[in-house]
Amino acid sequence: MPRITVTVDGITYQEDVEPRLLLVHLLRDRLGKTGTPIGCDTGNCGACTVMLDGMSVKSCSVLAVQADGNDVVTIEGLAHGNEWHPMQKAFHEEHALQCGYCTPGMIMAAIDLLRDDPDPSEETVREGLEGNLCRCTGYCNIVRAVRRGAREMSQRSMPEQAEQTEREVRTP
Amino acid sequence: MIPAPFDYVRPASLDEACQVLGEAASSGDDVKVLAGGQSLLPLLRLRLAYPSALVDLGRLPELRGVEDRGDHVFIGALTTHDEVLRSGVVRERIPLVALATATVADPAVRHRGTFGGSMAHADPAGDLPAVALALDCVFVVRSGEGEREIPAAEFFVDYLESALEPGEVLIGVKVPALGPGWGFHYEKFHRTAQAWAIVGVAAAVRRSNGTIEEARIGLTNMGSTPVRARAVEAAIRGVSIAAAGSNGAHDPVRDACAGADEGTSPPSDLHAQPDYRRHLARVLTHRAIGVAGR
Repeated sequence: MPRITVTVDGITYQEDVEPRLLLVHLLRDRLGKTGTPIGCDTGNCGACTVMLDGMSVKSCSVLAVQADGNDVVTIEGLAHGNEWHPMQKAFHEEHALQCGYCTPGMIMAAIDLLRDDPDPSEETVREGLEGNLCRCTGYCNIVRAVRRGAREMSQRSMPEQAEQTEREVRTP
Repeated sequence: MIPAPFDYVRPASLDEACQVLGEAASSGDDVKVLAGGQSLLPLLRLRLAYPSALVDLGRLPELRGVEDRGDHVFIGALTTHDEVLRSGVVRERIPLVALATATVADPAVRHRGTFGGSMAHADPAGDLPAVALALDCVFVVRSGEGEREIPAAEFFVDYLESALEPGEVLIGVKVPALGPGWGFHYEKFHRTAQAWAIVGVAAAVRRSNGTIEEARIGLTNMGSTPVRARAVEAAIRGVSIAAAGSNGAHDPVRDACAGADEGTSPPSDLHAQPDYRRHLARVLTHRAIGVAGR
Protein backbone atom coordinates (compact mmCIF):
# COMPACT_ATOMS: atom_id res chain seq x y z
CA MET A 1 0.00 0.00 0.00
CA PRO A 2 1.52 3.35 -1.02
CA ARG A 3 2.46 5.76 1.77
CA ILE A 4 1.71 9.40 1.00
CA THR A 5 2.59 12.65 2.69
CA VAL A 6 -0.02 15.34 2.36
CA THR A 7 -0.59 18.66 4.11
CA VAL A 8 -4.23 19.43 4.86
CA ASP A 9 -5.26 22.77 6.36
CA GLY A 10 -1.74 23.34 7.60
CA ILE A 11 -1.14 19.95 9.20
CA THR A 12 1.10 17.36 7.53
CA TYR A 13 -0.12 13.76 7.54
CA GLN A 14 1.52 10.50 6.51
CA GLU A 15 -1.05 7.96 5.43
CA ASP A 16 -0.98 4.48 3.96
CA VAL A 17 -3.61 4.52 1.27
CA GLU A 18 -5.13 2.08 -1.17
CA PRO A 19 -4.51 3.44 -4.68
CA ARG A 20 -8.27 3.58 -5.27
CA LEU A 21 -8.88 5.88 -2.28
CA LEU A 22 -10.31 9.19 -3.51
CA LEU A 23 -8.99 12.43 -2.06
CA VAL A 24 -12.46 13.30 -0.77
CA HIS A 25 -12.61 9.99 1.13
CA LEU A 26 -9.16 10.60 2.61
CA LEU A 27 -10.33 14.01 3.80
CA ARG A 28 -13.66 12.88 5.22
CA ASP A 29 -13.12 9.33 6.43
CA ARG A 30 -9.47 9.36 7.48
CA LEU A 31 -8.86 12.94 8.54
CA GLY A 32 -12.35 13.82 9.72
CA LYS A 33 -12.64 16.82 7.41
CA THR A 34 -16.38 16.40 6.92
CA GLY A 35 -16.74 20.07 6.00
CA THR A 36 -16.13 18.89 2.43
CA PRO A 37 -19.29 17.09 1.27
CA ILE A 38 -19.75 14.57 -1.54
CA GLY A 39 -22.44 15.65 -3.95
CA CYS A 40 -22.91 14.05 -7.35
CA ASP A 41 -19.95 11.65 -7.33
CA THR A 42 -19.51 12.23 -11.07
CA GLY A 43 -17.33 15.34 -11.15
CA ASN A 44 -20.24 17.54 -12.10
CA CYS A 45 -21.57 19.40 -9.07
CA GLY A 46 -18.47 20.87 -7.41
CA ALA A 47 -19.67 20.35 -3.81
CA CYS A 48 -16.37 18.61 -2.94
CA THR A 49 -14.15 21.41 -4.32
CA VAL A 50 -10.91 21.98 -2.37
CA MET A 51 -7.62 23.73 -3.14
CA LEU A 52 -4.76 21.52 -4.27
CA ASP A 53 -1.51 23.49 -4.33
CA GLY A 54 -3.55 26.67 -4.53
CA MET A 55 -5.84 25.64 -7.38
CA SER A 56 -9.43 24.46 -7.14
CA VAL A 57 -10.04 20.77 -7.83
CA LYS A 58 -12.96 18.43 -7.36
CA SER A 59 -11.73 16.08 -4.65
CA CYS A 60 -13.99 13.26 -5.90
CA SER A 61 -11.97 13.29 -9.14
CA VAL A 62 -8.50 13.12 -7.59
CA LEU A 63 -6.92 10.00 -6.09
CA ALA A 64 -5.32 10.44 -2.69
CA VAL A 65 -2.06 9.09 -4.16
CA GLN A 66 -2.13 11.90 -6.73
CA ALA A 67 -1.99 14.41 -3.86
CA ASP A 68 1.24 12.89 -2.51
CA GLY A 69 3.57 15.72 -1.49
CA ASN A 70 0.92 18.36 -2.10
CA ASP A 71 -0.87 20.97 -0.05
CA VAL A 72 -4.65 20.77 0.40
CA VAL A 73 -6.89 23.48 1.81
CA THR A 74 -10.50 22.64 2.63
CA ILE A 75 -13.34 24.85 3.80
CA GLU A 76 -12.22 23.99 7.35
CA GLY A 77 -8.86 25.62 6.79
CA LEU A 78 -10.15 29.08 5.84
CA ALA A 79 -11.05 30.64 9.18
CA HIS A 80 -8.43 32.18 11.47
CA GLY A 81 -9.34 31.06 14.97
CA ASN A 82 -12.86 32.27 15.58
CA GLU A 83 -12.77 34.72 12.70
CA TRP A 84 -14.29 33.59 9.44
CA HIS A 85 -12.63 34.13 6.10
CA PRO A 86 -14.11 37.22 4.37
CA MET A 87 -15.72 34.98 1.76
CA GLN A 88 -17.42 32.87 4.44
CA LYS A 89 -18.63 36.06 6.10
CA ALA A 90 -19.95 37.42 2.81
CA PHE A 91 -21.91 34.21 2.14
CA HIS A 92 -23.45 34.54 5.61
CA GLU A 93 -24.29 38.22 5.23
CA GLU A 94 -25.74 37.95 1.73
CA HIS A 95 -27.72 34.83 2.66
CA ALA A 96 -26.01 32.99 -0.19
CA LEU A 97 -27.39 29.59 0.75
CA GLN A 98 -30.56 27.75 1.54
CA CYS A 99 -29.72 24.13 2.31
CA GLY A 100 -25.97 24.85 2.40
CA TYR A 101 -24.82 21.63 0.72
CA CYS A 102 -23.06 23.37 -2.16
CA THR A 103 -21.64 26.14 0.05
CA PRO A 104 -18.19 24.72 0.91
CA GLY A 105 -17.48 24.06 -2.76
CA MET A 106 -18.94 27.42 -3.82
CA ILE A 107 -16.68 29.26 -1.35
CA MET A 108 -13.56 27.38 -2.49
CA ALA A 109 -14.38 28.02 -6.18
CA ALA A 110 -15.14 31.67 -5.38
CA ILE A 111 -11.75 32.18 -3.73
CA ASP A 112 -10.10 30.43 -6.69
CA LEU A 113 -11.68 32.70 -9.30
CA LEU A 114 -10.29 35.77 -7.49
CA ARG A 115 -6.75 34.64 -8.36
CA ASP A 116 -7.36 35.87 -11.89
CA ASP A 117 -9.68 38.76 -11.13
CA PRO A 118 -9.74 40.27 -7.62
CA ASP A 119 -12.74 42.45 -8.54
CA PRO A 120 -14.87 40.22 -10.78
CA SER A 121 -17.95 41.34 -12.69
CA GLU A 122 -21.20 39.43 -12.27
CA GLU A 123 -20.49 37.61 -15.53
CA THR A 124 -16.98 36.63 -14.41
CA VAL A 125 -18.36 35.24 -11.17
CA ARG A 126 -21.02 33.23 -12.97
CA GLU A 127 -18.43 31.81 -15.39
CA GLY A 128 -15.99 31.07 -12.59
CA LEU A 129 -18.67 29.14 -10.69
CA GLU A 130 -19.91 27.17 -13.70
CA GLY A 131 -18.63 23.94 -12.19
CA ASN A 132 -20.56 24.41 -8.95
CA LEU A 133 -24.25 23.62 -8.89
CA CYS A 134 -26.77 25.00 -6.39
CA ARG A 135 -30.05 23.13 -6.68
CA CYS A 136 -31.86 25.53 -4.34
CA THR A 137 -31.40 27.95 -7.30
CA GLY A 138 -29.86 30.59 -5.11
CA TYR A 139 -27.33 31.95 -7.60
CA CYS A 140 -28.31 35.63 -7.30
CA ASN A 141 -27.29 35.82 -3.67
CA ILE A 142 -24.21 33.68 -4.30
CA VAL A 143 -22.99 36.06 -7.00
CA ARG A 144 -23.62 39.04 -4.70
CA ALA A 145 -21.74 37.31 -1.89
CA VAL A 146 -18.71 36.53 -4.06
CA ARG A 147 -18.44 40.15 -5.17
CA ARG A 148 -18.80 41.36 -1.59
CA GLY A 149 -16.23 38.84 -0.36
CA ALA A 150 -13.88 39.98 -3.12
CA ARG A 151 -14.18 43.60 -2.05
CA GLU A 152 -13.50 42.75 1.56
CA MET A 153 -10.53 40.58 0.65
CA SER A 154 -8.92 43.34 -1.43
CA GLN A 155 -9.51 45.87 1.36
CA ARG A 156 -7.78 43.53 3.75
CA SER A 157 -4.76 43.22 1.56
CA MET A 158 -4.26 47.01 1.88
CA PRO A 159 -2.45 47.47 5.19
CA GLU A 160 -3.79 50.95 6.07
CA GLN A 161 -7.37 49.72 5.76
CA ALA A 162 -6.82 46.40 7.48
CA GLU A 163 -7.09 47.86 10.95
CA GLN A 164 -10.36 49.56 10.18
CA THR A 165 -11.88 46.38 8.79
CA GLU A 166 -10.83 44.55 11.87
CA ARG A 167 -12.55 47.11 14.09
CA GLU A 168 -15.71 46.76 12.03
CA VAL A 169 -15.60 43.02 12.50
CA ARG A 170 -15.40 43.37 16.25
CA THR A 171 -18.23 45.88 16.52
CA PRO A 172 -21.24 43.95 17.79
CA MET B 1 -19.00 5.05 -5.56
CA ILE B 2 -15.63 3.56 -4.78
CA PRO B 3 -13.55 2.29 -7.71
CA ALA B 4 -12.67 -1.40 -7.98
CA PRO B 5 -9.15 -2.12 -6.65
CA PHE B 6 -6.19 -1.55 -8.93
CA ASP B 7 -2.42 -1.41 -8.69
CA TYR B 8 -0.74 1.96 -9.02
CA VAL B 9 2.56 2.75 -10.70
CA ARG B 10 4.10 6.21 -10.91
CA PRO B 11 7.07 6.09 -13.32
CA ALA B 12 9.81 8.64 -12.74
CA SER B 13 10.60 9.07 -16.43
CA LEU B 14 9.04 8.64 -19.84
CA ASP B 15 11.42 5.75 -20.57
CA GLU B 16 10.28 3.98 -17.42
CA ALA B 17 6.65 4.62 -18.36
CA CYS B 18 7.22 3.07 -21.80
CA GLN B 19 8.92 0.10 -20.18
CA VAL B 20 6.07 -0.46 -17.70
CA LEU B 21 3.45 -0.13 -20.45
CA GLY B 22 5.44 -2.40 -22.75
CA GLU B 23 5.69 -5.14 -20.14
CA ALA B 24 1.97 -4.86 -19.38
CA ALA B 25 1.18 -5.06 -23.10
CA SER B 26 3.23 -8.22 -23.63
CA SER B 27 1.70 -9.94 -20.60
CA GLY B 28 -1.80 -8.90 -21.66
CA ASP B 29 -2.49 -6.90 -18.47
CA ASP B 30 -5.31 -4.40 -18.66
CA VAL B 31 -3.50 -1.23 -17.63
CA LYS B 32 -4.71 2.32 -18.15
CA VAL B 33 -2.63 5.46 -18.38
CA LEU B 34 -3.64 8.10 -15.82
CA ALA B 35 -3.06 11.70 -16.89
CA GLY B 36 -5.30 14.30 -15.19
CA GLY B 37 -7.93 11.69 -14.44
CA GLN B 38 -10.91 13.94 -15.10
CA SER B 39 -12.52 11.47 -17.50
CA LEU B 40 -10.94 8.27 -16.18
CA LEU B 41 -11.75 8.68 -12.49
CA PRO B 42 -15.50 9.14 -13.05
CA LEU B 43 -15.43 5.97 -15.22
CA LEU B 44 -13.62 4.07 -12.45
CA ARG B 45 -16.04 5.32 -9.82
CA LEU B 46 -19.04 4.28 -11.88
CA ARG B 47 -17.22 0.95 -12.42
CA LEU B 48 -17.58 1.35 -16.17
CA ALA B 49 -13.84 0.63 -16.25
CA TYR B 50 -11.86 -1.66 -13.95
CA PRO B 51 -8.24 -1.88 -15.13
CA SER B 52 -5.79 -4.03 -13.16
CA ALA B 53 -3.36 -1.12 -12.85
CA LEU B 54 -3.03 2.62 -13.44
CA VAL B 55 0.21 4.06 -14.76
CA ASP B 56 0.29 7.65 -13.50
CA LEU B 57 2.13 9.99 -15.88
CA GLY B 58 1.06 13.05 -13.87
CA ARG B 59 4.57 13.81 -12.59
CA LEU B 60 6.48 13.73 -15.87
CA PRO B 61 7.43 17.36 -16.58
CA GLU B 62 8.84 16.46 -20.01
CA LEU B 63 5.29 15.85 -21.22
CA ARG B 64 4.14 19.33 -20.22
CA GLY B 65 4.30 22.59 -22.08
CA VAL B 66 3.50 24.46 -25.29
CA GLU B 67 6.15 25.08 -27.92
CA ASP B 68 5.94 27.25 -31.04
CA ARG B 69 7.69 25.34 -33.84
CA GLY B 70 6.95 27.64 -36.75
CA ASP B 71 4.48 25.82 -38.97
CA HIS B 72 2.92 24.11 -35.97
CA VAL B 73 2.54 24.37 -32.22
CA PHE B 74 3.50 21.32 -30.17
CA ILE B 75 1.36 20.74 -27.08
CA GLY B 76 2.77 18.24 -24.59
CA ALA B 77 0.21 15.58 -23.71
CA LEU B 78 0.23 16.40 -19.99
CA THR B 79 -0.37 20.15 -20.48
CA THR B 80 -3.51 20.99 -18.54
CA HIS B 81 -6.45 22.77 -20.14
CA ASP B 82 -5.76 25.64 -17.76
CA GLU B 83 -2.16 25.88 -19.00
CA VAL B 84 -3.36 25.76 -22.62
CA LEU B 85 -5.74 28.65 -21.93
CA ARG B 86 -2.98 30.70 -20.29
CA SER B 87 -0.60 30.21 -23.22
CA GLY B 88 -0.08 33.27 -25.41
CA VAL B 89 1.28 30.99 -28.15
CA VAL B 90 -1.99 29.04 -28.20
CA ARG B 91 -4.14 32.18 -28.28
CA GLU B 92 -2.14 33.80 -31.07
CA ARG B 93 -1.06 30.86 -33.24
CA ILE B 94 -3.83 28.27 -32.80
CA PRO B 95 -6.84 30.26 -31.54
CA LEU B 96 -9.34 27.48 -32.32
CA VAL B 97 -7.72 25.38 -29.58
CA ALA B 98 -8.15 28.22 -27.08
CA LEU B 99 -11.78 28.80 -28.10
CA ALA B 100 -12.71 25.14 -27.69
CA THR B 101 -10.67 24.59 -24.52
CA ALA B 102 -12.45 27.49 -22.83
CA THR B 103 -15.70 25.50 -23.17
CA VAL B 104 -14.29 22.29 -21.67
CA ALA B 105 -16.01 21.50 -18.36
CA ASP B 106 -15.26 24.12 -15.68
CA PRO B 107 -12.24 25.79 -14.02
CA ALA B 108 -11.64 23.06 -11.41
CA VAL B 109 -11.70 20.31 -14.04
CA ARG B 110 -9.48 22.39 -16.35
CA HIS B 111 -6.89 22.63 -13.57
CA ARG B 112 -6.43 18.83 -13.69
CA GLY B 113 -7.65 17.65 -17.09
CA THR B 114 -5.03 17.47 -19.82
CA PHE B 115 -4.93 18.20 -23.55
CA GLY B 116 -3.48 14.78 -24.38
CA GLY B 117 -5.78 12.98 -21.97
CA SER B 118 -8.89 14.35 -23.69
CA MET B 119 -7.52 13.18 -27.04
CA ALA B 120 -6.49 9.69 -25.91
CA HIS B 121 -9.85 9.27 -24.15
CA ALA B 122 -11.37 9.66 -27.64
CA ASP B 123 -14.81 10.64 -26.44
CA PRO B 124 -16.81 11.85 -29.46
CA ALA B 125 -18.62 14.24 -27.07
CA GLY B 126 -15.28 15.79 -26.07
CA ASP B 127 -14.59 19.19 -27.62
CA LEU B 128 -10.92 18.84 -28.51
CA PRO B 129 -11.05 15.76 -30.79
CA ALA B 130 -13.26 17.64 -33.29
CA VAL B 131 -10.76 20.52 -33.25
CA ALA B 132 -7.85 18.12 -33.84
CA LEU B 133 -9.72 16.58 -36.77
CA ALA B 134 -10.64 19.95 -38.30
CA LEU B 135 -7.04 21.21 -38.06
CA ASP B 136 -5.44 17.94 -39.23
CA CYS B 137 -3.35 17.64 -36.09
CA VAL B 138 -0.66 14.97 -35.83
CA PHE B 139 -0.39 12.75 -32.74
CA VAL B 140 3.10 11.84 -31.55
CA VAL B 141 3.20 8.54 -29.67
CA ARG B 142 6.04 6.59 -28.10
CA SER B 143 6.64 3.04 -26.99
CA GLY B 144 9.68 0.94 -26.14
CA GLU B 145 10.10 0.48 -29.91
CA GLY B 146 10.40 4.20 -30.60
CA GLU B 147 8.25 7.03 -31.84
CA ARG B 148 5.59 7.22 -34.51
CA GLU B 149 3.13 9.83 -35.75
CA ILE B 150 -0.57 9.31 -36.33
CA PRO B 151 -2.65 11.80 -38.34
CA ALA B 152 -5.89 12.94 -36.68
CA ALA B 153 -7.94 11.31 -39.45
CA GLU B 154 -6.63 7.91 -38.28
CA PHE B 155 -6.36 8.57 -34.54
CA PHE B 156 -10.04 8.41 -33.57
CA VAL B 157 -11.08 4.84 -34.25
CA ASP B 158 -14.37 4.35 -32.41
CA TYR B 159 -16.27 5.35 -29.27
CA LEU B 160 -13.61 5.85 -26.53
CA GLU B 161 -11.10 4.08 -28.77
CA SER B 162 -8.00 5.68 -30.25
CA ALA B 163 -5.32 4.26 -32.54
CA LEU B 164 -2.92 3.95 -29.59
CA GLU B 165 -1.67 0.37 -29.34
CA PRO B 166 -1.12 -1.33 -25.97
CA GLY B 167 2.30 -0.22 -24.79
CA GLU B 168 2.09 3.14 -26.54
CA VAL B 169 1.75 6.50 -24.86
CA LEU B 170 0.70 9.80 -26.41
CA ILE B 171 3.47 12.31 -25.75
CA GLY B 172 2.08 15.34 -27.55
CA VAL B 173 0.13 16.78 -30.44
CA LYS B 174 1.33 18.87 -33.37
CA VAL B 175 -1.30 21.51 -34.08
CA PRO B 176 -0.84 23.16 -37.51
CA ALA B 177 -0.74 26.96 -37.25
CA LEU B 178 -2.86 28.22 -40.10
CA GLY B 179 -1.64 31.46 -41.59
CA PRO B 180 -3.24 34.87 -41.93
CA GLY B 181 -6.64 35.01 -43.58
CA TRP B 182 -8.05 32.24 -41.40
CA GLY B 183 -10.85 32.81 -38.92
CA PHE B 184 -12.00 30.40 -36.22
CA HIS B 185 -14.95 29.56 -34.04
CA TYR B 186 -16.17 26.76 -31.79
CA GLU B 187 -19.94 26.66 -31.47
CA LYS B 188 -21.37 24.36 -28.86
CA PHE B 189 -24.85 23.49 -27.69
CA HIS B 190 -25.13 22.06 -24.19
CA ARG B 191 -27.19 22.09 -21.05
CA THR B 192 -26.24 25.01 -18.79
CA ALA B 193 -25.58 22.75 -15.80
CA GLN B 194 -23.37 20.38 -17.79
CA ALA B 195 -20.62 21.22 -20.25
CA TRP B 196 -20.87 18.06 -22.40
CA ALA B 197 -21.64 19.05 -25.97
CA ILE B 198 -24.99 17.81 -27.23
CA VAL B 199 -23.49 18.88 -30.56
CA GLY B 200 -20.42 21.05 -31.19
CA VAL B 201 -18.89 22.53 -34.34
CA ALA B 202 -15.23 23.48 -34.77
CA ALA B 203 -14.79 25.77 -37.76
CA ALA B 204 -11.72 27.17 -39.48
CA VAL B 205 -12.48 29.43 -42.44
CA ARG B 206 -10.08 31.09 -44.91
CA ARG B 207 -11.63 34.08 -46.57
CA SER B 208 -10.52 36.61 -49.13
CA ASN B 209 -12.42 39.66 -50.40
CA GLY B 210 -15.67 38.59 -48.77
CA THR B 211 -15.54 35.08 -50.19
CA ILE B 212 -14.88 31.79 -48.42
CA GLU B 213 -11.94 30.08 -50.12
CA GLU B 214 -11.57 27.12 -47.82
CA ALA B 215 -13.24 25.75 -44.70
CA ARG B 216 -12.50 22.93 -42.31
CA ILE B 217 -15.36 21.76 -40.15
CA GLY B 218 -15.15 19.22 -37.30
CA LEU B 219 -18.30 17.96 -35.59
CA THR B 220 -18.53 16.95 -31.92
CA ASN B 221 -20.91 14.19 -30.83
CA MET B 222 -22.35 13.38 -34.25
CA GLY B 223 -21.14 9.76 -34.31
CA SER B 224 -18.89 7.31 -32.50
CA THR B 225 -15.88 9.48 -33.42
CA PRO B 226 -15.53 13.16 -34.27
CA VAL B 227 -16.51 13.74 -37.90
CA ARG B 228 -15.45 16.15 -40.67
CA ALA B 229 -18.40 17.85 -42.40
CA ARG B 230 -16.91 17.26 -45.85
CA ALA B 231 -20.12 18.07 -47.73
CA VAL B 232 -20.16 21.56 -46.21
CA GLU B 233 -16.44 22.04 -46.84
CA ALA B 234 -17.02 21.31 -50.55
CA ALA B 235 -20.22 23.33 -50.89
CA ILE B 236 -18.90 26.42 -49.11
CA ARG B 237 -15.95 27.13 -51.44
CA GLY B 238 -16.40 30.41 -53.27
CA VAL B 239 -19.51 31.39 -51.34
CA SER B 240 -19.90 35.03 -50.29
CA ILE B 241 -19.85 35.43 -46.54
CA ALA B 242 -21.70 38.76 -46.56
CA ALA B 243 -25.04 37.06 -46.00
CA ALA B 244 -23.87 34.53 -43.40
CA GLY B 245 -25.97 34.62 -40.27
CA SER B 246 -28.77 36.60 -41.88
CA ASN B 247 -32.30 35.27 -41.82
CA GLY B 248 -33.01 36.25 -45.41
CA ALA B 249 -34.21 33.69 -47.89
CA HIS B 250 -31.00 33.85 -49.93
CA ASP B 251 -28.26 32.98 -47.52
CA PRO B 252 -25.86 30.86 -49.58
CA VAL B 253 -23.93 29.88 -46.44
CA ARG B 254 -27.11 28.40 -44.96
CA ASP B 255 -27.64 26.45 -48.18
CA ALA B 256 -24.12 25.09 -47.96
CA CYS B 257 -24.69 24.02 -44.34
CA ALA B 258 -27.75 21.94 -45.27
CA GLY B 259 -25.44 18.95 -45.70
CA ALA B 260 -23.68 19.35 -42.32
CA ASP B 261 -25.13 16.08 -41.04
CA GLU B 262 -24.30 14.12 -44.21
CA GLY B 263 -22.48 10.91 -43.46
CA THR B 264 -22.97 11.22 -39.68
CA SER B 265 -24.66 8.73 -37.35
CA PRO B 266 -25.55 10.80 -34.29
CA PRO B 267 -26.29 9.01 -31.02
CA SER B 268 -29.59 8.99 -29.18
CA ASP B 269 -29.52 9.71 -25.47
CA LEU B 270 -31.56 11.52 -22.86
CA HIS B 271 -30.45 14.90 -24.16
CA ALA B 272 -31.31 14.51 -27.83
CA GLN B 273 -32.52 12.11 -30.48
CA PRO B 274 -30.61 11.71 -33.76
CA ASP B 275 -32.93 13.89 -35.86
CA TYR B 276 -32.57 16.75 -33.38
CA ARG B 277 -28.77 16.38 -33.44
CA ARG B 278 -28.86 16.51 -37.25
CA HIS B 279 -30.84 19.74 -37.03
CA LEU B 280 -28.35 21.13 -34.50
CA ALA B 281 -25.40 20.21 -36.73
CA ARG B 282 -26.86 22.26 -39.59
CA VAL B 283 -27.78 25.26 -37.46
CA LEU B 284 -24.57 25.30 -35.41
CA THR B 285 -22.36 24.87 -38.51
CA HIS B 286 -24.09 27.88 -40.04
CA ARG B 287 -23.46 29.91 -36.88
CA ALA B 288 -19.85 28.74 -36.58
CA ILE B 289 -19.02 29.67 -40.17
CA GLY B 290 -20.78 32.99 -39.70
CA VAL B 291 -18.50 33.88 -36.80
CA ALA B 292 -15.30 32.29 -38.17
CA GLY B 293 -15.78 34.00 -41.54
CA ARG B 294 -16.27 37.46 -40.08
